[in-house]
Amino acid sequence: MTTIEQLLSDVPFFSTLAPEHIELVAGCGSNVHFDEDEVLFREGEQADNFYLVRHGVVSVEMFVPGRTTTTIETIEAGEIIGWSWLFPPYRWHFDGRALGPVRATSFDGACIRGKCEADPALGYALMTRFAQVLMERLQWTRLRLLDVYGDGSRR
Amino acid sequence: MTPRPFHVVRRRRDTHDTWTLELEPHEGPPLDVGPGQFTMLYAFGVGEVPISVSRTEGPLLVHTVRAVGAVTEAICAAKPGTVLGVRGPYGNTWPVEEARGRDAVIVAGGIGLAPLRPALLHVLEHRRDYGAAALLYGSRTPRDLLYRSELERLSARPDLEVRVTVDAADDEWRGNVGVVPKLVGEARFDPANAVAMICGPEIMMRYSAEALIARGVPASSVYVSMERNMTCGLGYCGHCQLGPTLICRDGPVYRWDVIEPLMAVRQL
Repeated sequence: MTTIEQLLSDVPFFSTLAPEHIELVAGCGSNVHFDEDEVLFREGEQADNFYLVRHGVVSVEMFVPGRTTTTIETIEAGEIIGWSWLFPPYRWHFDGRALGPVRATSFDGACIRGKCEADPALGYALMTRFAQVLMERLQWTRLRLLDVYGDGSRR
Repeated sequence: MTPRPFHVVRRRRDTHDTWTLELEPHEGPPLDVGPGQFTMLYAFGVGEVPISVSRTEGPLLVHTVRAVGAVTEAICAAKPGTVLGVRGPYGNTWPVEEARGRDAVIVAGGIGLAPLRPALLHVLEHRRDYGAAALLYGSRTPRDLLYRSELERLSARPDLEVRVTVDAADDEWRGNVGVVPKLVGEARFDPANAVAMICGPEIMMRYSAEALIARGVPASSVYVSMERNMTCGLGYCGHCQLGPTLICRDGPVYRWDVIEPLMAVRQL
């Protein structure tokens, strides 16, 4: 059976961490499964973890009053979802829903924060990785704001 | 410079603003068109625009046109029997021969799928000559997706990876939501042995090329199709000049490492 430590070694987000850091992070993780349409987290609820999606697709959604729930983004296998566990008040800002069967590894936020405080090198390594994810998502969001598929030139 | 008369044989609505027209020459041989080439399509009395060929089939010349102005609106409104003028084909082709023996990655955004369709069909018609094949396609919303039934058929093929995304989902959409360049990181191909062909809005092509290069695809194996104000199609008028190159004559398909420095010049 593959251990969480082995799983993390194969995922780009974690694979370049030092082996002792992978071991520390793996100690805060547990494997979870969600059925289709099952909610992983809901806006406003306590954000006490983040996920590595290992199989399936998670839809990041927002409830807009007067409209139906809107999908903001989809997160695929190999990607990380969730950073609200990092910052007070530790509350989810969006809903996360499984678009089909999802296998993921859930990491306990308090456990990770505790280990990062005890080992600043781990904290720095993890923060730079989360910053990279944040930067990419911000870039993609900015690109969507441009509405690049607009009408273009009139001819 | 004299357009040949073609008549509309069939017209199909693809999206709320995009139509596919099948054209047949009044007389004479069909056009010999390479994947990625375009024609100058003339709506008599209205004007002429460059439109990429989205398919050829026997004598038929197929164009997918988005109605964004007076000329394209007139072309999209052309019912069967209507006569349109055709000049060309013009321009160079996608590097389908260079890609032979390698993985073919086709990255399309919006109406950019139309110029890439002949390259995709070429790869599929000669499937054994290529390694992995991937189509990564994105549009603004699900209702803007081109060739939806064809995409569904292609998705069922075991020898082609099809990934589709939209910038903004509607209630029925169960697929990816996000930008096309993000799909590059998820597709299965060997970056060192891949040839990528990209067509879409310029900024989407830039981000997609950067994502491909970040994955390890050499810049010299990434190709984009450029669009500028092509008027004559023959390199005479200079309207489509981009620095030292005329897109109608030297392009529209360019290697990324050749065209990227010019795309970065804001005055061009």
